[in-house]
Amino acid sequence: MAEYINEFLFGIYPYIAIVVMVGGSILRYDQNQYSWKADSSQLLHSKGLRLGSNLFHVGIILLFFGHLVGLLTPHFVYEPFITTGQKQLLAMTAGGIFGTMAFFGMVILIWRRTTQDRVRATTKFMDMAILLILFVQLILGMLTIPVSAQHLDGSSMVALAEWAQHIVTFRGGAAEFIMEEALIFKLHIFLGLTIFLLFPFTRLVHMFSVPIKYLLRSGYQIVRKRG
Amino acid sequence: MTIRAQIGMVLNLDKCIGCHTCSITCKNVWTSRGGVEYAWFNNVESKPGVGYPRNWEDQSEWKGGWELTKGGKLKPKIGGKMGVLSNIFANPDLPLIDDYYEPFTYEYDHLKSAKESKTVPTARMKSAITGKLKEKPDWGVNWEEILGGEFEKRSKDYNFADVEKEIYGEFENTFMMYLPRLCEHCLNPSCVASCPSGAIYKREEDGIVLIDQDKCRGWRMCVSGCPYKKIYFNWQSGKSEKCTFCYPRIEAGEPTVCSETCVGRIRYLGVLLYDSDKIEEAASAKDEKDLYQSQCDLFLDPNDPEVIERALADGVPQSWIEGAQNSPVYKMAMDWKIAFPLHPEYRTLPMVWYVPPLSPIQSAAEAGKLDQDGMIPDVRSLRIPNKYLANMLTAGDEAPIISALERMIAMRVYMRGKTVNGVEDPAVLEQVGMSKEQMDEMYQLMAIADYEDRFVIPTNHREYAGDGPFDQEIAFSARSECGFSFGNDSNTGSKAKTNLFGTQTHANTLSGTPRKPSGGS
Repeated sequence: MAEYINEFLFGIYPYIAIVVMVGGSILRYDQNQYSWKADSSQLLHSKGLRLGSNLFHVGIILLFFGHLVGLLTPHFVYEPFITTGQKQLLAMTAGGIFGTMAFFGMVILIWRRTTQDRVRATTKFMDMAILLILFVQLILGMLTIPVSAQHLDGSSMVALAEWAQHIVTFRGGAAEFIMEEALIFKLHIFLGLTIFLLFPFTRLVHMFSVPIKYLLRSGYQIVRKRG
Repeated sequence: MTIRAQIGMVLNLDKCIGCHTCSITCKNVWTSRGGVEYAWFNNVESKPGVGYPRNWEDQSEWKGGWELTKGGKLKPKIGGKMGVLSNIFANPDLPLIDDYYEPFTYEYDHLKSAKESKTVPTARMKSAITGKLKEKPDWGVNWEEILGGEFEKRSKDYNFADVEKEIYGEFENTFMMYLPRLCEHCLNPSCVASCPSGAIYKREEDGIVLIDQDKCRGWRMCVSGCPYKKIYFNWQSGKSEKCTFCYPRIEAGEPTVCSETCVGRIRYLGVLLYDSDKIEEAASAKDEKDLYQSQCDLFLDPNDPEVIERALADGVPQSWIEGAQNSPVYKMAMDWKIAFPLHPEYRTLPMVWYVPPLSPIQSAAEAGKLDQDGMIPDVRSLRIPNKYLANMLTAGDEAPIISALERMIAMRVYMRGKTVNGVEDPAVLEQVGMSKEQMDEMYQLMAIADYEDRFVIPTNHREYAGDGPFDQEIAFSARSECGFSFGNDSNTGSKAKTNLFGTQTHANTLSGTPRKPSGGS
């Protein structure tokens, strides 16, 4: 039974989550682009936002890319330069710093959203839900640091990376890498996958609209014929 | 040279009575929805005053418009592209809703549900955002109506720069004027420039600046970028909204709602032809005082055969060239030089122009001592300081304002002579450098102001949006687009070229060349 649950949560659920995220996002963009937005509440309440929002965004973006690179870089690519033990220390340090940034940012954002009248009045269910889920996820992530500190050989990290790489390359048996890992890692991964699943139904979609094109626009003006 | 046409507007402030009809009709049509209760695409301010949102004119506070870099290049004042993106998580230059005002309603239900009491029940004020009761409003779109509030607060007005303003706080010297405001549909719009999503655009055919509501991602940089603070963030939809220049009406040849309903008949709409290749150069004039003239230099004489030929070649329809020839806006801004752009120093090349208001002669109380400058009283003795108007309309250059005011007074003197005394005095005309015909036409347009003289708007057929002056394919497919349309186009406004669930292969089959939909409909 435990094996089946493990297989479902870490072998099958990742694909469900990714499919819903990708398919859901495409559908939302195609069918209801009017709802596709950052949904800022700065107009109504700006106190603390500058600090909170910047800390949160910068922290979480760096954490995201840290995970992306850390989990998906194959072992043989970094092996000539850095040992797994060193890589683990790097991950723990960087994660700790960016995690702390994001943590304090989120505390401010949650304070606004729960106690400030105007923001609270315009908060939708999913705004609150995703904010709290991200916060719990961040805390879970931070809690993995002391657990990792108990075995600095990098073996856990390699196992998690193997899992992620097996998932994205459609190789079977991915879930087996997770089976023996500490509960905190499992919770962190499960909640992370759930965030993927919820992604298209929240304001998180705005991250697909990072306006990189703005930097590439020639000049500043846009003149368009009547559509 | 590339010639484009734009519908511009002139507001004759000399005739504005401050009735707010324009604001109300605009609001009823465009901003009576949730999230934009606080937004007034059109509002009328009493000047002097700090306006709505608070102190909007002062770009040292709000960072709207453009500035010149040391190298003489134009850059949005809120920052270049990297600067804009680095502020995307929290925009440091965004006004708070309290700078506009917190939208409110009243507890109407209490009037009928209140228990019996000795006193009449009242409907108390409630915030439209939080629903909480409020004691009283403390700021609003029209807070300074007819010089409401202390002079000390109103005198923070940006237009008092270089004016010895203290004396205007004295009862005997006080002055006021109305300033109706809307989106300027600039030739060099800084909102477009500051939109990271590229959702804001200027329409090639008529110059109207619009926000694509589907493409807007709510990064809210346009709100800061616009120096006139005429882009409003809808706090319900999370998208920015702005004055549309009532484009569905303009396309059909009808005036905007604010113009149509203006009881003082102060608004004029007409076509201007301009050279779009010179926009950047015009907006980059070194000295701010040269910006008014450099903007005027962009406009082309619609009666010049070379201009007409070039305009036709660039795809301006014949009807638009005729519109430009009869344009009241061209006459007032270019022929008679009595209308001016609002705050040219923002370098956006605004296209809503203003005729400065005349005001009573300051020293009239000292009977018989009127300063006369020939036939015309000296406009420097008008109650509203020329410098104040110049700060508003010509970046501080008083000469063009004085000339305009003189021409307007001359028109009155001349017409009074003609109708009351039966004398057409050529000396008056000479003094302001106008011909008899010009003066008659100016009188007809400004004093009589007939509907068809005020609004010269060529229709904007959908087929003009094609590559040439007339796109047959667009005309055919536009012909039957309403009523039964393909899929959910008409209810969602979705104009996507592709659709996840299949789209049309044939937009129309009647034009002789059946083809795929162009993406536009």
